[in-house]
Amino acid sequence: MKRRDCLALLGASSLLLAGCASTGPAPSLVGTGDLGVVVARSTGTLAIVNTSQRKLLAEVKGLGDLSHASVVFSRDGRHAFVFGRDGALTKVDLLMQRIAGRVMQAGNSIGGAISADGRLVVAQNYTPGGIKAFNAETLELVADVPAEYEPGKLSRVVGLVDLPGQRFAYSLFDANAIWITDLSDPARPVTTKLPNIGRQPYDALVTPNGRHYIAGLFGEDGLAMVDLWEEKPQVRRILAGYGRGQEPLPVYKMPHLRGWAVAGRRAYLPAIGRHEVLVVDTDTWQEVGRIPVAGQPVFVMARPDGRQVWVNFSVPDYHRVQVIDTTTQKIVRTLEPGKAVLHMEFTPRGESVWISSRDDHRVSVIDTQSFATQATMTVDSPSGIFFTSRAARVGF
Amino acid sequence: MLSPPPPSWRRATGLLPLLAALACTAASAQQPPGAERQRELIRMVRQDCGSCHGLQLTGGLGPALTREALADKPLESMASTIYGGRPGTPMAPWKAMLSEADALWIAQQLMAGFPEPHKDAR
Repeated sequence: MKRRDCLALLGASSLLLAGCASTGPAPSLVGTGDLGVVVARSTGTLAIVNTSQRKLLAEVKGLGDLSHASVVFSRDGRHAFVFGRDGALTKVDLLMQRIAGRVMQAGNSIGGAISADGRLVVAQNYTPGGIKAFNAETLELVADVPAEYEPGKLSRVVGLVDLPGQRFAYSLFDANAIWITDLSDPARPVTTKLPNIGRQPYDALVTPNGRHYIAGLFGEDGLAMVDLWEEKPQVRRILAGYGRGQEPLPVYKMPHLRGWAVAGRRAYLPAIGRHEVLVVDTDTWQEVGRIPVAGQPVFVMARPDGRQVWVNFSVPDYHRVQVIDTTTQKIVRTLEPGKAVLHMEFTPRGESVWISSRDDHRVSVIDTQSFATQATMTVDSPSGIFFTSRAARVGF
Repeated sequence: MLSPPPPSWRRATGLLPLLAALACTAASAQQPPGAERQRELIRMVRQDCGSCHGLQLTGGLGPALTREALADKPLESMASTIYGGRPGTPMAPWKAMLSEADALWIAQQLMAGFPEPHKDAR
């Protein structure tokens, strides 16, 4: 038995301790709080990483088409649920470092969410358009909610987030709608439908308190916001007309809103077709500023303490990453960590950020205070980076 | 250009297809991309276009770009969509990064079944 397997087994079951101990050094149990995964999208591989040691632990292969793959975690941080483009939902055991379950649940999938109690994993799909809920333990299908907005017409679903009360909010790209599905009884899903939210919602986020759901609109300037604490949730438009009649720049890649960038009472949002980050006051929902940046923003992410907001960009400006100081709203640093930066992920308390540079096949670990590079590692075409601390955050 | 730009290319429906069609006609007179550029284009299509169309080009927010899916699409309109974008949809114009000849070559490859990435390019 390889030592790695041995250590992984040790983490999983004390029954196996005796068998392993005879072949290696003293057993060491491992927790999951500093584990994470990096998607190697070209090869259908998930790299398991340790953020304390800043190194790759293992590679798990056979996950299929991982373009635009996203990941959520079980409450104990042991399992990663990976939503693949090809419609596969794969459950990966981070301790055993292997696939623990896999279902082909759709023809074309874009991401997913997990319920607050960890029992339901929900996938959002383009084909067939809709959401599907699975038992997180067994991956058995427990609910299927097609996004049928007109008889026989299914919408592509974007912007799925978990909400308190076994509810899930999502947006219908083709139907200009936000739906909220209550899966308290998965056998009888109850869906609240909010129509006419604005044209072509492309992604969405929920604020850290689970109160406000905000969908970005591709088809017009502005965002659609729902106050989920209202008895009868309604959609209101925020940041309407932020382009102010100027001709938008080409959008080579859709921005991502998932993973809120809320710092203090301000939210930081990518403008569509503008090289700007929009700043909105989360009490009044009025624009309070806009920050010129180096390209079309893709991810606008607050460091967990909210002191900084990190921004990456679409092609052709995706060799840069910029850092906004949220006390001054100024860019304090422009970094060039590598070619084709696709994603960033903060360590649980934000002392470091991990950045994937697809075309350099590199993941960089950067100190968020000094901006020094603390480590680099080689991963084949890395895209999404996801740490188990997401398990404890609403909307991640 | 004397006339003001349309208020939004996302909403503009009149001018761009015409420009794109003209551009496409001009493209056929240009040299096709060389071997090195072809490798770049293959990677760009798989990776950057793949953000919306999928690494395997089986579709996502954008439609599938497999040979089967494109069987009844005219080559010229494919090339002009790549070069000039498709107003009213998220399909952006790529003319800032592609020549007309590049766009035409990509359209030809897509319709024939897009090549796998070069080994060295990963």
